[in-house]
Parts: sequence; C-alpha cells; structure tokens
Amino acid sequence: MTHFTAPHIEYSQLAPVLIVLAVATLGVLVEAFVPRAQRYLVQVSLAVVGSIAALGDTFWVFDKLNPGHGTVHPGQVVAEGALAVDGPTLFCWILVLGFAVMGALLFAERRLEGGVTAFAGQASALPGTDAERIASTRGMEHTEVFPLLMFAVSGMMIFPAANDLITVFVALEVLSLPLYLLCGLARRRRLLSQEAAMKYFMLGAFSSGFFVYGLALVYGYAGSLGYAQIAAAVAGKTGSHGLLLIGMGMLAVGMFFKIGAAPFQAWVPDVYQGAPTAVTAFMAAGTKVAGFGALFRLFYVAFGGARTDWLPVAWAVAILTMVVGSVLALAQTDVKRLLAYSSIAHTGFILTAFLGARSLADIGPGNIQPVQALLFYLTTYGLTNIAAFAIVTLVRDSSGEATSFTAWTGLGRKSPLVAGAFSFLLLGLAGIPLTSGFIGKWAVFAAAMSAGAWPVVVIAVLGSAAAAFFYARIIVLMFFHDPVADGPSVVLPSILTSGVITVCFAGTVVLGLVPGPLLDLLGRVAVFIR
Amino acid sequence: MSVAPFIVLSAILFTIGCVGVLTRRNAIVVFMCVELMLNASNLALVTFARANGNLDGQIAAFFVMVVAAAEVVVGLAIIMNIFRTRRSASVDDASLLKY
Repeated sequence: MTHFTAPHIEYSQLAPVLIVLAVATLGVLVEAFVPRAQRYLVQVSLAVVGSIAALGDTFWVFDKLNPGHGTVHPGQVVAEGALAVDGPTLFCWILVLGFAVMGALLFAERRLEGGVTAFAGQASALPGTDAERIASTRGMEHTEVFPLLMFAVSGMMIFPAANDLITVFVALEVLSLPLYLLCGLARRRRLLSQEAAMKYFMLGAFSSGFFVYGLALVYGYAGSLGYAQIAAAVAGKTGSHGLLLIGMGMLAVGMFFKIGAAPFQAWVPDVYQGAPTAVTAFMAAGTKVAGFGALFRLFYVAFGGARTDWLPVAWAVAILTMVVGSVLALAQTDVKRLLAYSSIAHTGFILTAFLGARSLADIGPGNIQPVQALLFYLTTYGLTNIAAFAIVTLVRDSSGEATSFTAWTGLGRKSPLVAGAFSFLLLGLAGIPLTSGFIGKWAVFAAAMSAGAWPVVVIAVLGSAAAAFFYARIIVLMFFHDPVADGPSVVLPSILTSGVITVCFAGTVVLGLVPGPLLDLLGRVAVFIR
Repeated sequence: MSVAPFIVLSAILFTIGCVGVLTRRNAIVVFMCVELMLNASNLALVTFARANGNLDGQIAAFFVMVVAAAEVVVGLAIIMNIFRTRRSASVDDASLLKY
C-alpha cells in the first residue's frame, strides 16, 4: 500500500471562490434555521457582503500580479493543475463578482412589486389557484434565490479559471443548474417563466451531453484531461487527428451554446424574455464573462496548436451569429426580446476577437491582443446590459412589467429621464462613438484585423450598422410618437435598483470617455498562463 | 484488447440518445435520452482510461455521474412544475414564447 499524498492547495489564491461557496452554503443553512420573517434581510446582506468580501479579496490577489507597473507576474497554476489563477482569470472574477453584487441588489428590489420581490411567492403553488393567491396575500417570497445566485456565481468564477477538462465541465454545470431554476421563479407571467426554465434546461442538458462526449474524445486523443498535457499532445501530433477534430467540435458545441452563438442561439430570446428581468440582467452579463473566459482559455491554451483546424469554423460561427442576431432583431416587437437578440449579435462581435488567435510572438507591442479586447468588451457589455434590463423592470402597468413596443411608445414624453437614460444605453450597445460600446467594438475589430480576419470585420461593421437601426427604432418610438392611452408608467424604484442603474450608467459613460487606463491595464495582464 | 468496439458502441448509444432528444416529445423521455448521451460518454471515458493506462478517465466518469444526478434533481423539479401547471409533459405544448 502506497502512502496517500495530500494535494497541495493554494488557499490564499483560491479564497475568493471559497468565500462565495461558503456564503452559498450558509445561505442554505439560513433557509433551514432562520425564521421566515428575518430571512430576506439575512439572505440579502449575506449575498451582498459575501460578494463584496470576495471582490475585495480578488483585488488583493490581483494586486500581487503587480499589474500597475514594472514586470507583471504571470500568475500561477494552482490546486494541482486544476485551476489557473492568472490575469484573465482574476479580471473575470472581478467582473463576475461585481455583477453578482448588482444582481443581488436587483433580486432584492421590493418596491416595484409593492413590498415583495419579483420572485414567485411559492413556486410549487399552481398559477391561478387559491394556494397561489394565499401565498401572495401573505407576502411570501422565495429567499432561496440568493443562495442559488451565489452558487451560480461560484460556477462562473471557476469556469474561466478551469485548467483541465473535468473542472471546466463541473463548473459549467455548477453555473447552469442554479440559473435554470432562477429562470422559472418569476412572480408574474409564471407560465412564460416555467416554459423558459424548461427550454433552457432541456437545451442546456443536451448541449452538455455534447460537451462530455467531446471531453471523452479529447481524453482519448491526449491521454490526459489537463490543458497543458493536451497542448503538448496537440503540438506533438501524437494521437489520431480525427479524434481531436471531433472532440474539439463537440466541446465547442457546449461552449457556443452557453454564450449563445449561432446556430445554438435558439434558447436565448425565449429564456431572456421568460425569466424574471433581474435574473436576465445578471445572467446575460455573468454567463457571457464566464463562457467567453472559458472558451478563450480552452481554445488558446489547450488547442492553440491546432489553430488552423478550428479558426475557419470560428469564422463561420462569428459571421452567422452576427447576421442572425442583427437580422432577427429587426423583426422584434418586445423590448426584452430585442435585448436578447442584441445579446446574440454582441456574442458575434465578441467572437471576432476570438479570431485574433496567433502565436504570442506575432503580437507586436502596440497591437491589441484578443484577450485584452475580450475583457474590455465584456466589461462594457455587462455594465450597459445590466443597466438596460434594470430600466426594463421600471416600466410597468397593472399586470407587471410592460415590455411590448406599443407600451413603450411615447415613454420619452412621460418620463424623459428614464427614456433618456435608456436611449443612451441603447446607443452604447449600438457602439456610437463616445460610448464604451464604440471602444469595445474598435478593440475586438482591431484584434481580428491584425490577425487578418478582415472579411469578418467588414461583415461585423455592416452588422453594427443594421444593429444601430433597430436600437434607433426604439429611441424614435419613445421620443417621437404620442403615448398610448392607459399606457404603462415608470414606477419609482428603491435605492437598490436606482443605485445599480446609476453605477452601471456611470461605468458606461466613463469607459466611453476615458477607456485608456483600463485598456492599458488589460494589455499588461491579459495573458493566459500555460 | 481492442478499443474500437467499445468506442463504436458508445458512439451508437450517443447517437440513439441524440436522435431521441430531437424526435421524442415527452419531456421525461427527452431527459432520459440526455442521460443516455452522458452514459455513452462514460463508456468512452472508461474505455480510453483503459487504453491510455491511467485513471483520469475513470475519475472523470464518476464526476459525470454525480453531475448527472444533480441534473436529474433540477430537471425533474422543472418538469414536474410545468406538468402540474399544464397537465402535459409534452415539449411541444409549452409554446407561448416564440419568434
């Protein structure tokens, strides 16, 4: 019998993830032991304070990389090779935790529904029955959403950090399963919400089936699940090339599904529309960060040597995603659904940065690196998107949120402030100069151009023009049409939602006017450790 | 020992699962087909573990099983909920969200 060697775990570097997991577990215990009346307050403070603590700790770890000046430390592969804590990972953690704080605050909003959260009073009570009425008159609410949020956040943190295929798969599921449930917990329009949850779950499970089979085939090819060993096998061309090609393709299916790239985008509009809007806001921003972080690490670090095999497919997927997102968005008549299609189009734009893959030696000092462009775009996209969805929660009539275009007609006459802010965010999403969206687009297009992907960039610029048209349509609708009779009104939210909108809005403005410091910082740290 | 027959079997199982997901209408059966896909992957993983002569694949198969169990919990909760609301577990009936 050989001795058991305990694994060496770098706890100090993994502390942010461990804090989030501890908060999530504590949240489950709170559900079991704290009386119902106090749970809301306890859960909200636990989630918000926990996320902020983890965020502070992440900054501390990030600071050790010495990102500000001089030589930058490349980071470290920790936990026996399971996780890579490097610049891109830590920046993804900062983004995810920032979005988690905002998500928790949006989840906690009570004023818009008249004293209760936007989540079902009792998810097991059937819609339209006495049980549901009793649950809502008693002011019951599911505070389990906060532990679910924190579990999803922990998955989103591990996903871009994962450095072997089994960790990446477990993280994928840890981030997805709580989101499936959160999507089905809306207080209003519960049939839509349940349908969204079922569609998301079914298609998500289907895509993770592909992911696991791809994982098995790549394991068969490389003889190991670690990214470094896979990269060595790819460089040495040891195994059967067919096995590698099919394996990479199937892993890509799982990843493309998660980020909502065509042709795996079908779930996005339905889920974004059916889910409670606060969940949509968090999910849209958080999953993009996690999914793109993991996609880039997997294909750059593990499959970087097989670039010539996967780049043509990535070109096709990027083009298809931009075209599908932009064209179908033109036909929408619902604000949430329009934002969902816009998110598909944005996935396509971000994928152009993915095409900038080259060997590190080819990237000159002045050039925008793909990972740098990616992280900048994710920052701007996440902030703008959360603010936009948060504003959607404010426009309400007697049946809850009013999201149809008819209801939004003439909103600018009734509440110029909200309509003005929403218009500015739409311009940011469209990428008009002087907004953060413009700088983000410029960065990803520059990264793709310098790698010679100019046909994709041309299509992306045309796609941006089409996108600007459907964003402008809403602005025209809000400001240059007369409001409908008995239309919805803008409900004044509590400090929670208005604070989130203000912060995200300020972020969009600031990153548009002074993008330099963040771009420079990312330029120094955005290198994957191998 | 030749690896090929096991991999071919796992590919056949995976394809059956995949076709089942795309053609069956009952949510429970669709879900069972997803499980079949995961188990086909497990077969491939343990086969490759044997062929490669290390244990990584067998460990991975355990992880896949645990994740599949967690997925069952969440999935059945969602399907039960929608079945109680609609009195139907057909994936075609839930079609309020479209275009």
